Amino acid sequence: MLAAKKGFEPHRRRRREFAGLFFIRLTGVLVASVMAALLGFLIFNGAGALTWSFLTEYPREGMTAGGILPAMEGTLILSLGALLTAVPLGFGAAVYLAEYARPGPLVSVIRLGVLNLSGVPSVVFGLFGLALFVKTFGFGRSILAGSLTLGLLILPTVVAASEEALRQTPQSFREAALALGASRWQAIRQVVLPAALPGMLTGAILALGRAAGETAPIVFTASCAFTLAAPESVFQEVMALSTHVLNLATNGTHIEETRALQFGTALTLLALVLGLSMCAIIVRAKLRKGRRW
Amino acid sequence: MAEENRTVISARDVDFYYGDFHALKGISIDILENEVTAMIGPSGCGKSTFLKLLNRMNDFVPGARLAGEILIQGSPVYGPDADPVEIRRRVGMVFQRPNPFPKSIYDNICYGPRLIGIRRRQELDALVEKALRAAALWDEVKDLLGKSAMDLSGGQQQRVCIARALALEPDILLMDEPTSALDPIATAKVEEWIKTSGLSIVIVTHNMQQAARISDRTAFFYMGELVEFGNTRELFTRPREKRTENYITGRFG
Repeated sequence: MLAAKKGFEPHRRRRREFAGLFFIRLTGVLVASVMAALLGFLIFNGAGALTWSFLTEYPREGMTAGGILPAMEGTLILSLGALLTAVPLGFGAAVYLAEYARPGPLVSVIRLGVLNLSGVPSVVFGLFGLALFVKTFGFGRSILAGSLTLGLLILPTVVAASEEALRQTPQSFREAALALGASRWQAIRQVVLPAALPGMLTGAILALGRAAGETAPIVFTASCAFTLAAPESVFQEVMALSTHVLNLATNGTHIEETRALQFGTALTLLALVLGLSMCAIIVRAKLRKGRRW
Repeated sequence: MAEENRTVISARDVDFYYGDFHALKGISIDILENEVTAMIGPSGCGKSTFLKLLNRMNDFVPGARLAGEILIQGSPVYGPDADPVEIRRRVGMVFQRPNPFPKSIYDNICYGPRLIGIRRRQELDALVEKALRAAALWDEVKDLLGKSAMDLSGGQQQRVCIARALALEPDILLMDEPTSALDPIATAKVEEWIKTSGLSIVIVTHNMQQAARISDRTAFFYMGELVEFGNTRELFTRPREKRTENYITGRFG
């Protein structure tokens, strides 16, 4: 037997198989343990701060006591605003790229733009938002400026996920619709988009999580250290979880006294982002249940 | 003369290119009304390409180029006044793999009628029943109309696709290897439907026995040329061309 001559006896093969699998498993465990360590660290330091009043009250006594309600509100408002900005633009661009665009210089430029946009550091988005939305458009430091800035930041994510979802929709759906006398736009709207929607929504929700966690862009464009009441217009500043942590940990006069609050806030933010990711998973699972392609 | 009046599709000197590839070479053919016309030939011979030219499904292929003329019921398929959407409503198509939409059976059948603005429930109900009866599927699915078409068997799915095409009451039905993804029993049902429908049908098939069983006329394509076209029985028993004879006797392809 050639295999035996070449030294590929079963026991050696099995040993190699075991070694290979062992290292692959090890990497998996390592990745999971990094996540677990992070979570454990946050829970160990921050869980003590998590009380009902922490989640439902405004900060008190120079932020050394009370809760983080306005920061949670602010983060939610800003992320939803970002989503409202990025989804129409992103879905539109994705439909163009996946369905209409023929390879050419224009498409290359668009793709290059999207690709590079996702590599731009978030602090640059912050500066850009400050220059364009806050100053040039005169929105001031506001929910509007922050939402638009965050929206641009997550745009590449939305475009990429949506384009992928559209490309995974079987060509046969398009052919079927066209052969029945649908125009291209009708075929896309009535057949392709409904089929691609789960994937597109998943991308959008994941992008929402990304927006919720960002700090630098809103430091420049939207967030303030403290508010007394919920915002009444999109031209007001808001607090946000990420910048609240930053402020407590770097700007306050009571940095050491507020450690627990910092970790509590960070834990809340992480829970929010993980919750959004879970939503994405559930939405995708629900919408995909009836599909078989 | 009588035969000429029954011409429903007429192609004159059709050349077709995918980029540099000369896919069809000088095809001229007259296809008759209310007959089943089979197109046979080895893979890559151009038969499917020709079929897709008839309802302009090649429009979206980059680098495609056409010369020559195709008339359907006397009006040009390609030309400044030709409207591909209108042509596709007149010339239905059934594809190689069943491709129902991920919607209910009912909504699948209604897709075409709704596109042309039919909205009234009774009218749609009647069209659905008529189309499903015509596709010999009514008795099997009449109580399942709200069920997803994706839940049906392959043969039933293909007949939903046939019904979906028939709901627009097309003058011509194009079928691109409609049974190649089906099991023998489902194939028999679809073939039975084709033989008895009375419609003008052009069917591309890989399967010579199928062409012999169901078609009135057969066209043999080879390397982008239409080698022979004629009465099915004659073509299979007394082919005029050597290449046809070699193909149908299994010497190549």
